[in-house]
Amino acid sequence: MKTVKAIEDIESEIVEEFALFDSWDDKYEYIIDLGKKLLPLDPKFKLDENKVRGCQSSVWLVANEESGRIFYRAESDAVIVKGLISMLVRVLSGQTPEAIINARLDFIKDIGMMTHLAQTRSNGLLSMVKQMKHYALAYQFKNAGQST
Amino acid sequence: MIPTQAIIKDIDVHAIRQQFPVLSRMVKNHPLVYLDNAATTQKPQVVLDALLQYYSSYNANIHRGIHSLAEEATRAYEASRDTVQEFIHAESREEILFTKGTTEGINLVAQTWGRQHIQSGDEILISTMEHHSNIVPWHLLCLEKGAVLKVIPINEQGELELDAYENLLSTKTKIVSIVHVSNALGTINPVKKMIDMAHQAGAVVLVDGAQSSVHLDIDVQDLDCDFFAFSSHKLYGPTGIGVLYGKKNLLEAMPVYQGGGEMIKTVGFNSITFNDLPYKFEAGTPNIADTIAFKSALDFINEVGKDKIRRHENKLLHYATEKLEEIPNLKIIGKARQKVSVVSFIIGSIHPQDLGILLDNKGIAVRTGHHCAQPLMDHYGIPGTTRASFAMYNTMEEIDELIKGLQKAIKMLL
Repeated sequence: MKTVKAIEDIESEIVEEFALFDSWDDKYEYIIDLGKKLLPLDPKFKLDENKVRGCQSSVWLVANEESGRIFYRAESDAVIVKGLISMLVRVLSGQTPEAIINARLDFIKDIGMMTHLAQTRSNGLLSMVKQMKHYALAYQFKNAGQST
Repeated sequence: MIPTQAIIKDIDVHAIRQQFPVLSRMVKNHPLVYLDNAATTQKPQVVLDALLQYYSSYNANIHRGIHSLAEEATRAYEASRDTVQEFIHAESREEILFTKGTTEGINLVAQTWGRQHIQSGDEILISTMEHHSNIVPWHLLCLEKGAVLKVIPINEQGELELDAYENLLSTKTKIVSIVHVSNALGTINPVKKMIDMAHQAGAVVLVDGAQSSVHLDIDVQDLDCDFFAFSSHKLYGPTGIGVLYGKKNLLEAMPVYQGGGEMIKTVGFNSITFNDLPYKFEAGTPNIADTIAFKSALDFINEVGKDKIRRHENKLLHYATEKLEEIPNLKIIGKARQKVSVVSFIIGSIHPQDLGILLDNKGIAVRTGHHCAQPLMDHYGIPGTTRASFAMYNTMEEIDELIKGLQKAIKMLL
């Protein structure tokens, strides 16, 4: 099994990548590119129950647990949101529930996305983070239940 | 004789823009291009001044105070009612009720007139292009009373199908609640004719004037509507204040909406008598400051001249429509023959949200999404549109910026 980088380390990588861009045009180009490259989600998962609430676009998010780590897959019908998902999945997928719950996700602020994107609820970035953390909480509860 | 058209001089857009402080701000390092006027309009300096002046020189609770400040505040508040009365040509000032906005006006009618008159099996008629605020209150009333909500269909251009409307009208129809101008499509509905048809069927009519009141001349007596609801914030006035017009005989017969101060004459623990119109429907301390500033907004519109504003907005609409149609794969949603300055569109498979984000990155404010009209979007089989809506202060250059922004966004997204 490949080793998983710590959340903070992946966040630092993203911050460094974004530091290469001078303008928000370039940053958006990059996010859009990530969005276009995101693997599509199997249509069988595109159910209402997997939809993230609070997004103007449709966002489906599923999670599964393997050996104490959570893996996310997600998709959206909007490209920029797909790019954002791609970054969140890169940071959080494969981490332990505890690490996900405690993740501060400062990279969102550090790459300037907090002022550019996250302030309106309609783009759904914060809803996605919340939903990903909910999954982690749910698995943590489940595991705690099993161990007692 | 000089034709009327010829003596309507163009408005001085640049002088008008000077009156709106927010228009000079930068957004994301670009000059703001504000094209979300159907959601809310920006406020001129006179409106901001009126708010500041009220709070800094005569803030007081109105109607019952004996002191000078209360007297001044009451006079200013009631002067707003007179201005509104003139603005929509109501027969009397008692027919002007102040509300929080269009939504509250519609809810007020549903909860008072509706609860009194709607019974099981009765029909309430709305249309496919209604805003959620003209669907949900009636849906709730139908649930409560066992009544039926019927929907007037629209054609591909986004116009109401009047033949279908005629067929839907029957003795079961108790109220027709219809939007005057669609917020998502810009369609101007032939409400005068529709009101006449409804009256012949014995139904009363509520007109949702949220979008129409800023663009069209409103004469509630000529329309002969029974209720007309609209909001100040779409008329360059403050948020949180709106108007419900109702015909006096209907308002007098209606049960009260909310209980509290102001709406009563005498109060005992066992018996209460209610105040006269319009106060019967204005429980509690009203939104005094915003109501007063609303008058300044209406005065401002009257001063510029609604006909001149309309002429300017129509020019913007035609120019924008022409330029947008040059963009490959762009489809305008809502091509009614009678339209206000609202243009809704989709571009190929591009999600409106992506367009909205990239336009915002250029300082251009448009609205994207379902525009609180989900059944309408379902009708077109789309998740939403991108909508640009124009006001008196918008310019041709701003439309050029929109087109440039769209072209750049399309290049990035495809």
